[in-house]
Amino acid sequence: MKTDRNPQPAGQGIRQSMSSLHTWAGLLLGWVLYSMFLTGTVSYFKDELSQWARPELAHLSQVPDQAVVAQRVADEFSRMDGGVSQWSMRLPDARNNSVYAFWRTSARVPGQRGFAEANFDPATGHKVASRDTLGGEFFYRYHFQFHYMPVVWGRWLAGIAAMFMLVAIISGVITHKKIFVDFFTFRWRKGQRSWLDAHNTLSVFGLPFHAMITYSGLVTLMALYMPWGERAAFKAPAERAQLAAELSAFVPPGKPSGQKAPMASVEDMVRQAQERWGRDDVGRVNAVHPGDAAARVVVVRGLLGRVSMSPQYMEFEGTTGKLLNVRESVGPAAETRGVFYALHLGRFSDVVTRWLYFLVSAMGTAMVGTGLVMWTVKRREKLPNPDRPYFGFRLVERLNIASIAGLSLAMTSFLWANRLLPSSLDGRANWEIHVFFIVWALALLHALVRPAKAAWVEQLWAASALLFLLPVLNALTTQRPLWHSLAVGDWVFAGIDIMCWVLAGFHAVLALRTARQQAGFRSARKASRRAPIAVAAGGGAE
Amino acid sequence: MSVSIHWVRTTGPLISRIIAALFGGYAVAALASVAVLALPMSKPQAVLTGMLASFIVYACAVIWVFAVRSATKAWLGLLVVAAVLLPGAWSVW
Repeated sequence: MKTDRNPQPAGQGIRQSMSSLHTWAGLLLGWVLYSMFLTGTVSYFKDELSQWARPELAHLSQVPDQAVVAQRVADEFSRMDGGVSQWSMRLPDARNNSVYAFWRTSARVPGQRGFAEANFDPATGHKVASRDTLGGEFFYRYHFQFHYMPVVWGRWLAGIAAMFMLVAIISGVITHKKIFVDFFTFRWRKGQRSWLDAHNTLSVFGLPFHAMITYSGLVTLMALYMPWGERAAFKAPAERAQLAAELSAFVPPGKPSGQKAPMASVEDMVRQAQERWGRDDVGRVNAVHPGDAAARVVVVRGLLGRVSMSPQYMEFEGTTGKLLNVRESVGPAAETRGVFYALHLGRFSDVVTRWLYFLVSAMGTAMVGTGLVMWTVKRREKLPNPDRPYFGFRLVERLNIASIAGLSLAMTSFLWANRLLPSSLDGRANWEIHVFFIVWALALLHALVRPAKAAWVEQLWAASALLFLLPVLNALTTQRPLWHSLAVGDWVFAGIDIMCWVLAGFHAVLALRTARQQAGFRSARKASRRAPIAVAAGGGAE
Repeated sequence: MSVSIHWVRTTGPLISRIIAALFGGYAVAALASVAVLALPMSKPQAVLTGMLASFIVYACAVIWVFAVRSATKAWLGLLVVAAVLLPGAWSVW
């Protein structure tokens, strides 16, 4: 990574052209990638964040019997007004204290798809009486489809960003000839060198993970990005269903008979699945045409005991409870896809693996962050006039502040909004999201009007303060303060409170280090014999 | 005038490479994902294999485009690969 002033590779060595490719592929969508990485990282604790976001739901110290819960919620569906033509529920497990379900209503207005979703209480089967929120689901969805845009656009943007990331990883490795030697080299407090070393260490240490997570991210949505083989191969819908069956446990609904018939016991069906896969490892129960003679129930295996997302399920006749079909394997290519999918989501993880996922993923976030900051650090030394950098430099510098420090602020604000917005507010769940984006936009505004260094320090301190005070806010606004969580052994709430303080400390350290490096700036400026009037040139965390 | 000619001389090949990487690379990857269907596999498995392989093909194509000495060579490489894949893709479309 010696020179990249000239992005044109003609006549340069391969290492230099790869260096340029690495720099520009990394920079262009770097801000998008950073936000994908960070929201993706916290999404490894999506279920825990969702529990935290609904403090009204009691902490479950034990997973309730999934068969009993399935029957309860199925009964609730059979009582629902207007009838339900299809439902799908995710059963409670060690990480989920509610039943998330979505369904399709029978009586629907033409032109509307008639889908609805809600969380149900495993103890009663009724819809939970909790605040309206997406919880951890918001960060998760943002991670691959963003917000305020059609879902498909968002997913394409995420795919393009992932492809840039893949190219940045490969070109980064080629650029880096002494990859292992440099891994053991860390030059502290050496300005640009330290940034480079930090970037290299984070990248090399996590390289297998970064490569896997980027490629598997593309795999999760590959049918969207590369539909051409599917289009060429399948002309008839029946053939297409063959492919769908390799990927998902949703059986095609078929036609209802029109004859009413009571459902057999869903509890018994789930019991059979429990015997096969274990008491707590039933993932979902799906039903089509419940209450009709043509009803079908599919009990889907959970993701605990296997590193694969490939569909494994038992299909039952709805009215008799007769086992029709057991599917426990898919073809080799489908299984490859299932394994990559599972590796990406990490839902098979136990607690230790989950924390490893979180940590390595956080290193990936830091890799993107240090890479972005390095772009400005390297160029600052060569600025013709450090007090008045050219437009591109200022743009990158300010976007870095807003997308790195600003995102921490925005994400923490989302959690604050979850505690502060009144539960009676119309469209409350959406308002939590609006708060996230409003704060993020304010952070960008702040980064534009303040001197760069001051903007970094102020936003990092603000994020640190908000994170530090979040457990206090939680104690004031819910019945579940930290001492209570610790006393009852509720590690979801206690863990999030403690993590807030850890992250507050991390942001405070970053803020202190950034502020302290002022001295280095001044001397650099003296060297270029500029009067230290404006601090506008100061930026980055350097 | 000479300034703009100079600009085209120096920037033209770069833009050409960027187009080759973004769109040429995707085209080759898409072609590869269809060509896999010509292999003796069941259709669903072949479709999925093609999808899985396509991102690797795309990434390699982008690396190729920026690794070789000239933009012309970059395009030529993509065209050669496309020519190899085309009969396979043609046979199944």
